[in-house]
Amino acid sequence: MTIMEERQAEIGRPRPRKEDARLITGRSRYTDNITLPGMLHLAMVRSPLARARITGIDTSAAASAPGVVQVLTGADLAAEQGSMPNAWPITPEQKTPPHPAVAVDTVNFAGEIVAVVIARSAAAARDASELIDVDYEDLPVVTDLATAARDEEVIHPDLGTNRSATWVFDSAQAGTGGDVEEALANSEVVIERTFTQQRLIPAFMEPRSTVVDPTGEQITMWSATQIPHVLRVMLALTLGVPESKLRVIAPDVGGGFGGKLQVTPEEVITLLAARRVGKPCKYTETRSETMMGAHHGRDQLQTLRLGANRDGTVTGLDVRLLADMGAYLGLITSGIPILGAFMYNGIYKFSAYRFECTNVFTNKVWTDAYRGAGRPEATFAIERMMDELATELGMDPIEVRRKNWIAHEEFPFTTVASLEYDSGNYEAATDKALELFDYEGLRAEQRRRRESGDPVQLGIGVSTFTEMCGLAPSRVLGALDYGAGGWEYAQVRVLPTGNVEVVTGVSPHGQGHVTAWSQIVADRLGVPFENVEVLYGDTQVAQRGMDTYGSRSLAVGGMAVVAATDKVVEKAKQVAAHMLEAATEDIEFSGGQFSVRGTDQGVSFNDVALATFAAHDLPDGFEPSLDSDATFDPENFSFPHGTHLAAMEVDTETGQVRVHKYVCVDDVGHVINPLIVDGQVHGGLAQGIAQALFEEAIYDESGTLLTGSFTEYLVPSAPDLPEFTVDRTYTPATTNVLGVKGVGEAGTIASTPAIVNGILDAIRHLGVEDVPMPCSPSRVWNAIQQARTSGQQAPEPEVAP
Amino acid sequence: MSEQTTRTGQTTHTDVVEAGEQMAEVALTVNGVPRRVEVPVRRTLSDALRVDLGLTGTHVGCEHGVCGACTVLLDGEPVRSCLMLAATADGHEVTTVEGLTEEDGSLGPVQQAFVDCHGLQCGFCTPGFLTTITAFIEDNPDPTEEEAREAIGGNLCRCTGYHNIVASVLRAAELARGENGEAEATDQADGAAADDEAQAAGKNGKDVPREAADGERQVAR
Repeated sequence: MTIMEERQAEIGRPRPRKEDARLITGRSRYTDNITLPGMLHLAMVRSPLARARITGIDTSAAASAPGVVQVLTGADLAAEQGSMPNAWPITPEQKTPPHPAVAVDTVNFAGEIVAVVIARSAAAARDASELIDVDYEDLPVVTDLATAARDEEVIHPDLGTNRSATWVFDSAQAGTGGDVEEALANSEVVIERTFTQQRLIPAFMEPRSTVVDPTGEQITMWSATQIPHVLRVMLALTLGVPESKLRVIAPDVGGGFGGKLQVTPEEVITLLAARRVGKPCKYTETRSETMMGAHHGRDQLQTLRLGANRDGTVTGLDVRLLADMGAYLGLITSGIPILGAFMYNGIYKFSAYRFECTNVFTNKVWTDAYRGAGRPEATFAIERMMDELATELGMDPIEVRRKNWIAHEEFPFTTVASLEYDSGNYEAATDKALELFDYEGLRAEQRRRRESGDPVQLGIGVSTFTEMCGLAPSRVLGALDYGAGGWEYAQVRVLPTGNVEVVTGVSPHGQGHVTAWSQIVADRLGVPFENVEVLYGDTQVAQRGMDTYGSRSLAVGGMAVVAATDKVVEKAKQVAAHMLEAATEDIEFSGGQFSVRGTDQGVSFNDVALATFAAHDLPDGFEPSLDSDATFDPENFSFPHGTHLAAMEVDTETGQVRVHKYVCVDDVGHVINPLIVDGQVHGGLAQGIAQALFEEAIYDESGTLLTGSFTEYLVPSAPDLPEFTVDRTYTPATTNVLGVKGVGEAGTIASTPAIVNGILDAIRHLGVEDVPMPCSPSRVWNAIQQARTSGQQAPEPEVAP
Repeated sequence: MSEQTTRTGQTTHTDVVEAGEQMAEVALTVNGVPRRVEVPVRRTLSDALRVDLGLTGTHVGCEHGVCGACTVLLDGEPVRSCLMLAATADGHEVTTVEGLTEEDGSLGPVQQAFVDCHGLQCGFCTPGFLTTITAFIEDNPDPTEEEAREAIGGNLCRCTGYHNIVASVLRAAELARGENGEAEATDQADGAAADDEAQAAGKNGKDVPREAADGERQVAR
């Protein structure tokens, strides 16, 4: 390993991003910006009904409309469109309905595509799409998850049930803990609660867009996707196009948050349309199409039973989930709740744990990854339960957590859910958060307001979380029946001038990988930050990759970059030794200089690069190239953690809720670029707070999405959110040499329970036991009114809350 | 205003227009350059900029006037270009993100502030913020933090949580006032960044030994 001693280290510097210059001057290249010669445009006709049989489609008026080239229906494409892929059959018996890109016989959610218009302009395509007459025969609609699970009406009759699969983890069977029923039976306290994880919409700012160029030897697809590599292989498998004849490019991509971790009907359709007409085709969706047609997130019913002794020690946890799949199984729809299975025990030492999840079909757009993907649901549930336990026992919520969490000297620690947590220090993060928050001061303020009967009550919400990041060790994914591995690829190319090109298999869409990778490579090779160019997002440039999601890019992709640079240095040492007439073992590399140990003789990285390029005088048998590639498969997940504290003000007369103060102390291991890490935390917090307070995808009984635009679906704006106090502690990951853990999802996972716990802490003394998310003013007000009218004053706890 | 638009403008992609479309001749000044386009009367200003004038820096995020990504300046005032017809812009001056750079091609104050404060991530909503803030700091050259937060309330960003955009507004105002002090990026963001520098100075680039798992010793503060 090489260590830069003299020059200023790049890793850890708050470098402004390289990416910014073009994005702030209008030199961006999002998919919809792309215009190709002779390009045609697509418009989709979408079903207004949530479940119906298609009895006829009259396309004649549209086909003869001005500018229309072709109109396609499901019947036209039935022979070639295959079925949209599901890469994660969670059990061998999983029931997976066929999912045509364009519906053929039936539609199963409002927004499903039933016909496609190809025209010379986007306006002509849209105009003609309104001339298509589809006859539907209504079928009974099931939108409610619990109702669907009872199988009174079966959505996909051929499957015989709405239950797609049931997946179980039992610590008694896994040998990681005891039997839950036994543990609960022997507990002094058992708390049972049911929580609803409402359906959310990822709401990335760039609507999805796809351009396909079928001219040339390969078919080229540009798409607003997080996963160009996965998309390529899945298109090949779905459509039977040879993988080598497909090139997929993710140019600038305007946010994803899991929402663009998908192989979409729109991508399949654009490819098939372009192939049919032999011309480039573009499809860009409208915002309302994004809302109704792109996958949603969350949507689970959680029933939990937590057993504990009166001293606060948790004895066991039983989790039962119903997870709403929506109408079909998308790329990893079925596996999302299973990702949560390993996180319900959080940072705690439980001695018994059981998890059972049943995946259920409903007549709504399918769910899939949304920031956190299974882990926010788990963290919300356990952190709410820990507060419930504190209330039940009259303990401080921090004390209950201290009683149960893994002490820092106990790492590495194998959890009851079978994961090995490599490092962490929950005490340090919590102590720092309490200090920054002025926990005691705010508790005093809370008491003051309570005693004076202040109409604006104050509550303190606690959330101490961890998450599994760095998806994922391939052997673990194999054991979970996931259809691929979790490795990542990188290549480092040394140009004759000493400039370095880094090819990465991850696919950034706002995370700043170009900057962070440049910092890593600058340190590893001793070259200037400015001399590193990072290439990505094109399967002909980054020929291998597993793309960006699950807080994996740095912990897995960054490590592949490190491994490739190590290989470059090993090769370069041989050349340097030859140039210096020394033995390779005697060559040291530091700060971009190769030197002979114990002498002042040396050559620079640039000298070696040029000598290798010229290849006039290299060691015998040396292949004249320093270029190296590496594929890194992590041996374990990484486990960032943190303590988030929210002081919530609740106006008991109006139900209005305000974040009075928000402090988070996250431990994400070593930090490559603190500006970027802070930004990831801020954005994550906003999305987690939005789940707690604002956002919900609402369908009516007929299956119509009522929140189909930004006027109804409340993505928060700046005045809706507080200032954040963001700080960190550092316990490096021990499973990668960078010591990094991942940060993309931390804020989202931790903040939701902190906010809701804070609201409840403010109004629990009024008799309120729960407020379903999102905790809108009307819901908070109703909860207070109900508690008042039912006259059930909760007994004053001896200790706050 | 920069002349960059001229070059881009020459690559204009005029959309295919079907027979029967009622057309309008629109003369407008875009980023200081007089332009003349013939567009269908129903063409929005955002589509005219992106499709007819090739200025793809203006992005359309929701086409119903909520997200603000498409915001441009019309005679210096922010407007939603997705809600405005191109024909309505006849005779007016339009400034897009491409026109926010200085005469010499260097970044304008709002652009510079976004770099300094890490005010953008994916960059899709950013052009709308840049134009909105450009107009705002002209009206209010020395805003408070609360005014800065309020000023961007009509624009949606899904990446940043707005924390660093609020900091960018304050920084932009500072730059526009000519207070070219140190771009204290770490201060603008928050305290955690400064701490990481200390952490970095200590053990950058070195391999993390296995025993680093002992949390207490490794916690920097």
